[in-house]
Amino acid sequence: MTQFLQTLFDGVTVGCLYALIALGYTMVYGILKFINFAHSDVFALGVWMSITIAGWMGIGAAGQPTPPLYLALLVLLGTMVTCGAVGFTVERLAYRPLRRAPRLNVLITAIGVSLLLQNLGQRPFMFGPYPRSLPTLVESGTLFTVMGVPVRVSDVAVIGMALVLMTALQILIFRTKFGSAMRAVSFNTRTASLMGINADRVISITFIVGTMLAAAAGFLYGMKYGGQAKQTADSMWVMLGLKAFVAAVVGGIGNVRGAVLGGLLIGLIEFFGVAYLSSQYRDAYVFAILIAVLLLRPEGVLGRATVEKV
Amino acid sequence: MKTLINQARALSPAAWSVIPRALWPVAAGLAVAVLMHAVVGPNVPGFTAKMMLVAGINIILAVSLTVVNGFTGQFSMGHAGFMAVGGYVAASITYYGSIKFFGSADFAGGALSWTGSGPHGGGPLGKGDLLFMGSCLVGGLAAAGAGYIVGLPSLRLRGDYLAIVTLGFGEIVRVLLQGTPDQVQPWRAAEAAETPWYSLMLKLGGPKGFNLLPTYTTLFWVYLFVTITLIVCYRLKNSSTGRAFLSIREDEIASQAMGVDVTRYKVRAFVIASFFAGTAGGLYAMDIGAISASDLGFLKSFECIIMVVLGGMGSISGATLAAIILTALPEILRELPPVWPAGLALLAVMAVVQGAHRRWHPRSLVVVAAVTLVAELGRRYCASQGINLAEYRMILYALLLIVMMISRPQGLLGVREVWEIFGRRARRPGAVASPPGASSGVSP
Repeated sequence: MTQFLQTLFDGVTVGCLYALIALGYTMVYGILKFINFAHSDVFALGVWMSITIAGWMGIGAAGQPTPPLYLALLVLLGTMVTCGAVGFTVERLAYRPLRRAPRLNVLITAIGVSLLLQNLGQRPFMFGPYPRSLPTLVESGTLFTVMGVPVRVSDVAVIGMALVLMTALQILIFRTKFGSAMRAVSFNTRTASLMGINADRVISITFIVGTMLAAAAGFLYGMKYGGQAKQTADSMWVMLGLKAFVAAVVGGIGNVRGAVLGGLLIGLIEFFGVAYLSSQYRDAYVFAILIAVLLLRPEGVLGRATVEKV
Repeated sequence: MKTLINQARALSPAAWSVIPRALWPVAAGLAVAVLMHAVVGPNVPGFTAKMMLVAGINIILAVSLTVVNGFTGQFSMGHAGFMAVGGYVAASITYYGSIKFFGSADFAGGALSWTGSGPHGGGPLGKGDLLFMGSCLVGGLAAAGAGYIVGLPSLRLRGDYLAIVTLGFGEIVRVLLQGTPDQVQPWRAAEAAETPWYSLMLKLGGPKGFNLLPTYTTLFWVYLFVTITLIVCYRLKNSSTGRAFLSIREDEIASQAMGVDVTRYKVRAFVIASFFAGTAGGLYAMDIGAISASDLGFLKSFECIIMVVLGGMGSISGATLAAIILTALPEILRELPPVWPAGLALLAVMAVVQGAHRRWHPRSLVVVAAVTLVAELGRRYCASQGINLAEYRMILYALLLIVMMISRPQGLLGVREVWEIFGRRARRPGAVASPPGASSGVSP
């Protein structure tokens, strides 16, 4: 029972991170109809920017006590702003010139951007090839224990933060004027621009919002695994990003609620597979689910099927 | 109606003529292989010969991926997965076959040991060589089977969904291979000889990789397979199957309306491409004497994609050139010689060719001149700062990919071959110079 609860809890925590990243994929796909391969690298950038900004602020230096909460939030804010700026730049320089190009070309460009970010990040003048870890930003003690399962502060922070961001996004999309512009562009870009919506601006802002969510996920990831694992700036992130993408597809790509549901599903499947089957095939479960979903219900759990018109 | 069928029958070539048409690629391959082995091999330095091996394997990978990504327009991102399947199958057959048949895992001969009298007996084709060649072919067949399985979902998926499924396939292959049991070490060969085949063949080394393989791969074998691959793919492009592939790429719905069995041709493209990728995997494994699934992840697939995209989506000679250039580039970048002479020479050749054809492209000349200038200045700067450019090659590739997609989305050559650049444009339906999927791009 304890193992079950523990697995459930871990799955939900990691699922929240997947959901945050999946939201970026799904928002970009909803509007531009292409897989933003560079999204996983923006997530990695989020981890690394948090480490760098925390370093600038002198957090984690020897003999320092755990910093107050507002400093951690400041790190998060700085990470989100820098990543948002990177997302804006990438969209402006690489994707906007291809607005009318075939989707495959945009996909190849996205692979190029992904490779570029990955390899730039490993250069010494950026983050360097050596692994580093995010210093402790929040006291990482156990908050309380439910039936033998320790609930750590960082886990609560991850879930709480993810919930706040998802709610904010939900409000942004369904309750604001900008949100309706976004949904209009996603429904039909040309008609939306005929109705006086500046489609380029909407797309830019969507990119910024998506990358900021990924950056927040990066920060939370760094915080969750802060003390345990060192992070490198290499292609391991692609795998995490791909799982998040799978989450977006499973939930129904282009559907914001589907991304959240898919993220949680993928997190749970992965952790239950590891706990009850075998940890060796960790990545295979996720992709097997992807292939099964694509074959049985290509539009995803919450997606709507579209018929291609000639 | 009857007469029409009879007329069609009369037009189709006689049955016996299939045999020479099927055999001449093999003959050409043998000729090139003998040439590489007897003339080129002994006369180039060892390092160059090694680079030529790697380049040959990359050519097979790039050209076979062209069949799926270039001709058919299906975006496969799991090419390294097929390579891994073929490579592991070939490695398993060669390694355990050597133990079973010859009692030793290290029964490496290779055609380069022609004149020697090694354990495999010397001669043009020693005992082990046939085992090696057969294993590469079986590896190719296994990969083709995997290609069939992967091709099936492509019946329902298109574009980026298919890309993700192939990527997922590659990763699943990698994970499964890393879960295999440890290999039987060569010094326990006697024990292995007692074990039955079926339990032996699956001991593939798991996460440690499949090591200590006999190294059969030589220039002879690589260029035999390269030549056959090139000829087969080139003929494929100009065949009715190739035209069906290209029509699917241009517009799937339209080609379906014209009676092309889209499903069948997509699966066929996958099967053909994976067969060659599988043989390349076998050559790769027996070249470095080890194969590890962790090296054949999506980064390797991306490498193949870069070659195809840079060379031209659908150009066999373009993919070949890109494979050669990208193989040599890290070595060239390490000690970059001045680039302006090459740039000037290229400019001169372009000017002469364009003048001869009376078809001036001033923009292409300006672009080449500008690129040469920038490259030369960059080289001078890096040389003065002591920067090793080879470390920056992935950044360079990535930038190339992005710039190429924005400025020249069809790749360097598009669907044209090198010798068709200045030919009549629309000589064949397949030779129409248009960017991939252009029909779906700019709408009126």
